[in-house]
Amino acid sequence: MAEQRRSPHTPDTEPEEPAAPPDGLARRRFLGYLVAAPTLAVAVQWGAEALDPQPAAASIPSLPLPEDIFDLGDMQTLAAAPTSGLIWVQVNSDGTASFAVPRAEVGQGMTTAVAMMIAEELDLPLDKVAVTLADARPELMMNQFTGGSNSMRSLFVPVRTAAAIARQRLVSTAAARWNVPASELSTKAGVLRHGSGRSATYASLATAAASTRTVQVSVQLKSPSQFTVLGTPTNRVDAHDIVTGRKTFAMDMQVPNALPTMVRRPPTINGTVRSVHNADAVRAMPGITDVAVITHGVAVRGRTFGQCIDAVRALEVTWGPGTVDGESDDTVLAKVKAAQLPLAVPPLLTEHVDAEFTFAFASNSPLEPDNAIADVRPDRAEIWSSLKVPITAQQDIAAMLGLPVSAVKVHVAQGGGSFGRHLFHDVAAEAAEISHEMGKPVKLMWSRTDDFRQGRTHPMCVSRIRATYALGNVVSFEQRHTSVQTSFSHGLGEMITATAARLPVAGNLGLAETVFALTQSSPYDFGATTQLLNEVPLRFNTGSMRNIYSPNVVCAQELVVDQLAARMGTDPVEFRRRFLKDDRLRAVMEKAVAVGQWGRTLPKGVAQGIGLHAEYRGAVASLVEIDCRPETVNRPVQDGVTGPRVTRALVVVDAGLPINPRGLEAQMMGGMNDAVAMALTSSLHMKNGIPLEGSWDNYFYTRQWNTPPDLRVVVMPATTGQPSGAGELGVAPSFAAIACAYARATGTMPTTFPINHATLGFEPYPLEPSTPQSPVDGLTNAS
Amino acid sequence: MPSHTFILNGEKVTVEVEDDVRLLWVLRDLLGVTGPKYGCGLNVCKACTSHINGKAFSPCSVPVSKIKPTDEITTIEGLAATVGKDLHPMQRAWLDQDVAQCGYCQPGQIMTAVAKVKQARAKGRELTDADFDEIRNICRCGTYTRIRAAIKSGAKNM
Repeated sequence: MAEQRRSPHTPDTEPEEPAAPPDGLARRRFLGYLVAAPTLAVAVQWGAEALDPQPAAASIPSLPLPEDIFDLGDMQTLAAAPTSGLIWVQVNSDGTASFAVPRAEVGQGMTTAVAMMIAEELDLPLDKVAVTLADARPELMMNQFTGGSNSMRSLFVPVRTAAAIARQRLVSTAAARWNVPASELSTKAGVLRHGSGRSATYASLATAAASTRTVQVSVQLKSPSQFTVLGTPTNRVDAHDIVTGRKTFAMDMQVPNALPTMVRRPPTINGTVRSVHNADAVRAMPGITDVAVITHGVAVRGRTFGQCIDAVRALEVTWGPGTVDGESDDTVLAKVKAAQLPLAVPPLLTEHVDAEFTFAFASNSPLEPDNAIADVRPDRAEIWSSLKVPITAQQDIAAMLGLPVSAVKVHVAQGGGSFGRHLFHDVAAEAAEISHEMGKPVKLMWSRTDDFRQGRTHPMCVSRIRATYALGNVVSFEQRHTSVQTSFSHGLGEMITATAARLPVAGNLGLAETVFALTQSSPYDFGATTQLLNEVPLRFNTGSMRNIYSPNVVCAQELVVDQLAARMGTDPVEFRRRFLKDDRLRAVMEKAVAVGQWGRTLPKGVAQGIGLHAEYRGAVASLVEIDCRPETVNRPVQDGVTGPRVTRALVVVDAGLPINPRGLEAQMMGGMNDAVAMALTSSLHMKNGIPLEGSWDNYFYTRQWNTPPDLRVVVMPATTGQPSGAGELGVAPSFAAIACAYARATGTMPTTFPINHATLGFEPYPLEPSTPQSPVDGLTNAS
Repeated sequence: MPSHTFILNGEKVTVEVEDDVRLLWVLRDLLGVTGPKYGCGLNVCKACTSHINGKAFSPCSVPVSKIKPTDEITTIEGLAATVGKDLHPMQRAWLDQDVAQCGYCQPGQIMTAVAKVKQARAKGRELTDADFDEIRNICRCGTYTRIRAAIKSGAKNM
């Protein structure tokens, strides 16, 4: 690949061949380059063409909120333009196509969707397309950022352009060889055919089609009406590897001499090491090779992770203070409430709804714990980890080690989930620090307890809303969202800085306020609408969790919408019909109302709720039924929480242009299960500077006994011709629908989330040692 | 150093390691069998679920010394061979339903599913929603609906 990373200088041009037949419209042509390479290789600039073609502002009538005209994804897409490097699609001599995508795959199905794009435009079977994850490529700058549900939106045009140019080149190569017009050739399933009966496989032409010089070419892309792959429900490209246990995560990799490594951690967040009293004794324990003090703990390296757990537990350490010692749920909540920005509209003379909602700390921990392999040498370093912003990791690790960026190679591994966690490279940096200290390669794994207690959290936040109404209209709607600060230190900042001048956001907003303004909006005609953010700069390790603000902001909004409906004596759906200003939201809501049988008769204690949300250029309606009857709430489950159960759930999604409806459905299902957890069961209880949660039987992410037994997803037909984001899209409306259903089932609007947060449903593990010992009785319950 | 012998995916293996090291690490770190995943090490998340003599268990919570030379340990890598095919019917059902998202929990989910079906059959019945509610395996991506659908269809072909 190195050879192909040269910039295409002084490109020549090649005569353009007709591509797909026009369908009545003058269609744009897209530019790319044939690049000199042993087999056919096509490069395209990534960025400018990917921006949604809709102009900012203009089309929306009155006083749109910033998110309406220019959302975070647009900004990411635009930020890519001036800095973007090139991405390559190659056709190999075995007839396969390959593409190293500068994105992370963490389960969202990005690699499958990208492979579909290539298969579509190249007319190649999907199983002949190999999509791998690119190493950190500093020249791509913020183009190598997996977040904000932006991958489909930014890859849709460039990847198809590269594949279409490759197909066009194969056609022209065959046409020249057969001495026939290119327009008489057709392509299907990796084979070129001519009416004369001649045919050739891509494999047979991959070398002949290679260019000897860099040539600029243009191509027309297929129109959606010509798609045979895109829009068709398709299974994941890595499914077979997954079900046979072959899919390789970073922890499964075999890097020579990278032995298992773990860390004994302090009893408060970001604590430090004062002294270690028995390092030599621990170093002499069975299997242990090294012990080293690092910034936030003491690292041990050994033959097996089991022996590392033993060694971590045996260490005797005196700890220095952390960064939030003494902070607990109640002290943090008091600070957050004290930082709330004032509401502007006085509640005088008008009818009004005042409400305030508190959302507890939550963990974005994926099932695969944080892990990374690091091999740090005096003059270079190599890292393997699931990283959504690998360039930032590379830069930080290089700076920490005192190496040039070019001496640090960062490989992006397949991730076992992320949910925001892998925006940060904490574990990769720590692995590099340990490898540097020990002078040996390490395979660092955080224990599950480390992940919950010292890993990133979604911060506690409070959303206050005041809505005034009169004469059947909502006159004003004010929301003040206040949060412990959310860290964007993963590098989003560079991107915003780079594009700040082009944002239609007035004033001198801070970074978080900018992100808030770009992601939040009200879909209702509620008169004077303001939504503002303030943050409390407490030094927790925070980050996004399957969206930054929307699940909390939208849950609060929709609960108040239901309150307004009730005050005006209107059904929640009828009320939304009256005030919705977004036609796509209206359409998904009506679909949900029909499919989900809104208003059907249910027993007392069981109720429906609806939640709407538009973001990422997509629109979703969630409709759920929740059972809050005592016999359900109190159903017994060993070592788990039960509580109210969402018995039926429906998610209707308008994703603009669904790339892979099956993958989209999966994202909506996952979003619903996250919403069940966030609304009802899962939170961190902060106490004296650290969360009490230490295992999955403490942090109650949705389990089989809480998942909706009846969960359906309806994917709407294409609406906009552009794919929306999907990964985070389903969480907010589903969270809101569950909260609204709970309020209607119980007659009480919930104001603290998750609903069971006040009850500590487990016995916490000790804070020291930081990792609990594994049980020994695993055979007694073999079944 | 103590020596431990058992049958792993149909083949006899011997490994030298201290008695108390949990089987999960013997499989992953010493034998290179990485299908069983670490998700907690506490017998909670069930990501490492494998079979011992056909029954589901969590290798993270069993010292290797408790495994007898005659014990047959089956991990996801050896599941298909137990039915003499390329894929076990449950794996095929997982493909048909496109269950996986990130895939990290799925080896454990499949091993649990197979044992669960066998357990119910031994009692002369098929799985019900109440049985599904008892499955403890975490899927942090939230694919539970497809897991249920796949178990139902996979069971039909077992």
